[in-house]
Amino acid sequence: MNSLLILPILIPLVTATLALLFRTSSHMQRLIGVAGMAALLVSVVFLFTDVYRDGIQVLQAGNWEAPFGITLVADMLTMLMLGISAIMGLIIAIYSIYDVDKEREQFGYYPLLHVLIMGVNGSFLTGDIFNLYVWFEVMLIASFILLALGNSKNQLQGALKYVIINLFSSLLFLFGVALLYGMTGTLNLADLAQRLPEVENTGLVTTVAMIFMVSFGIKAAIFPLFFWLPASYHTPPVAISAIFGGLLTKVGVYALIRVFTLLFTQDIGYTHTIMLWVAGFTMVTGVLGAASHYEFRKILSFHIVSQIGYMIMGLAFNTALGIMGAIFYVIHNILAKTNLFLISGIAQRLTGTFELKNMGGLYKHYPFLASLFLISAFALAGFPPLSGFWAKLSLVKAGLSLEMYIITGVAILVGLLTLFSMTKIWMTAFWAAVPEKGVPEHFGKMPLFGAGKLYIMVVPVMIVAGLIILVGLFAQPLLEVCMIAAEQLLNPSLYIEAVLGTK
Amino acid sequence: MDTILPILAGAIFASGIYLLLRKGLILTIIGIILISNSVNLALFSLGRISTENPPLIAAGSAIPEAPFANPLPQALILTAIVIGFGLLAFALAMAYRSYKELGTIDQDSLLEDAEDTSAAIINKTENKED
Repeated sequence: MNSLLILPILIPLVTATLALLFRTSSHMQRLIGVAGMAALLVSVVFLFTDVYRDGIQVLQAGNWEAPFGITLVADMLTMLMLGISAIMGLIIAIYSIYDVDKEREQFGYYPLLHVLIMGVNGSFLTGDIFNLYVWFEVMLIASFILLALGNSKNQLQGALKYVIINLFSSLLFLFGVALLYGMTGTLNLADLAQRLPEVENTGLVTTVAMIFMVSFGIKAAIFPLFFWLPASYHTPPVAISAIFGGLLTKVGVYALIRVFTLLFTQDIGYTHTIMLWVAGFTMVTGVLGAASHYEFRKILSFHIVSQIGYMIMGLAFNTALGIMGAIFYVIHNILAKTNLFLISGIAQRLTGTFELKNMGGLYKHYPFLASLFLISAFALAGFPPLSGFWAKLSLVKAGLSLEMYIITGVAILVGLLTLFSMTKIWMTAFWAAVPEKGVPEHFGKMPLFGAGKLYIMVVPVMIVAGLIILVGLFAQPLLEVCMIAAEQLLNPSLYIEAVLGTK
Repeated sequence: MDTILPILAGAIFASGIYLLLRKGLILTIIGIILISNSVNLALFSLGRISTENPPLIAAGSAIPEAPFANPLPQALILTAIVIGFGLLAFALAMAYRSYKELGTIDQDSLLEDAEDTSAAIINKTENKED
């Protein structure tokens, strides 16, 4: 029993409530918003040391024993995801101070952001499949409102697609839960893991596995279920785009990793082969989609899809090295992707547009911003010594050790194509000459630091870029922690014992 | 009941899918409502329907009188209904709002890409107070 486990859910809830109380004062809201995220980060660090020292931590709410009560479980994977979501939450909260306008603040931007983080954290922590559904819905309703907040035409267009496809995927998920309950009579993940191998109708178990794959696949935006993502993620303010692009799809990936290592390991030859194909197509279609677009955030949105493919590939390998690579990739990708979105926001502030063809001259006038972009873009493409290199290296190694040359080749090729898209942004937005008309008056005169308060947006980007370099230069500790996480995942008996007690 | 309910749930699910694929936004949302209800029905019938004692604990004893009915599916459905209700209310409100803004409920019109997305954002943030 570790009652600290409730904190990553409780702190955002309290913060959201407090921020609601100070609805009218945007000054207080910002303060509470940032302080809440900082408190969350501190609590996650404490929890992390517990899990690192003593292994999987469990909280049985109200002392109701599993499998009857509500269980919260934190293993290494959970802690890594919680940690990265807390860091990103803090970064986004700071960035939003300048980026999010007063109208949105008054309509409850900060409370919603914290409810979103609460839903995300709840999904990571829960040890019960029905509660996972409930946390997904908490996360979804907050994301719906964040996406539609502001009511501009294109936001509504994007939000409608997002809302309907996500409602459908949640219902599929619930249907899968119903089938699982019908087969085993339990909803506790650990208990399910114990009872599923005993179910005689293995065909039905595989069917449920596929229902889960489709449902989580829609949320994670895998091929061929990703079309809603590039259609909606470029519409809201940048801070919201960034947290969506960085975190939300990764919750789907987390759910996939969780159920396909803990629950559905009966028919690996079938499910994981499908996943491998899906991974390959996701990587390729995402990167090709990015090649055909000329809007900064649309390119990034397609790259989210492409990068999800790598994570799914690591999961489909189903070896310690593969899953470690997938987890490391998730962390690296959240850093790099969020940072690129944040940079697109700064670029838009300076040039007044997201359209690449109307941009230019950023390198000449803002070389520091250009170098921040280069760091993130090269990390995304997988250049040494940045974080992406180690992520790709471990996945490629995992693929080669399984002698799966084709998919590994695809992964390397997609890395090159990623570089191509990033070069496209670099050539037009940063390197090209300043366009003759349509450039705002402040372009070139507005400094990144000092007057204009733009530094509120630049400092978070600097922090994340620093983290990317740090992860790249000192990758070993993080790789080791990811390895612990992967080994825990591949040995479900640890999870089952921690939750149900030794038998 | 054990055979009728799953068939009914399947039929409702199928009608929901049909509506989901229609052009009109309202029809799509009704489709989602139907699917939501059919999933609840499925959850109900998969929890095994039986006519036994209600799962109430009489005064003085620690467990209900066996054989008692399983209350869990109903608790799950109640939760699912409440969540579904909230989400659908939001979806309807947003459909109304987008009808006001976009002037149509024909989903084909949503396929057109919005033009430069930056304009809408920067105008609103310009007047931000410090």
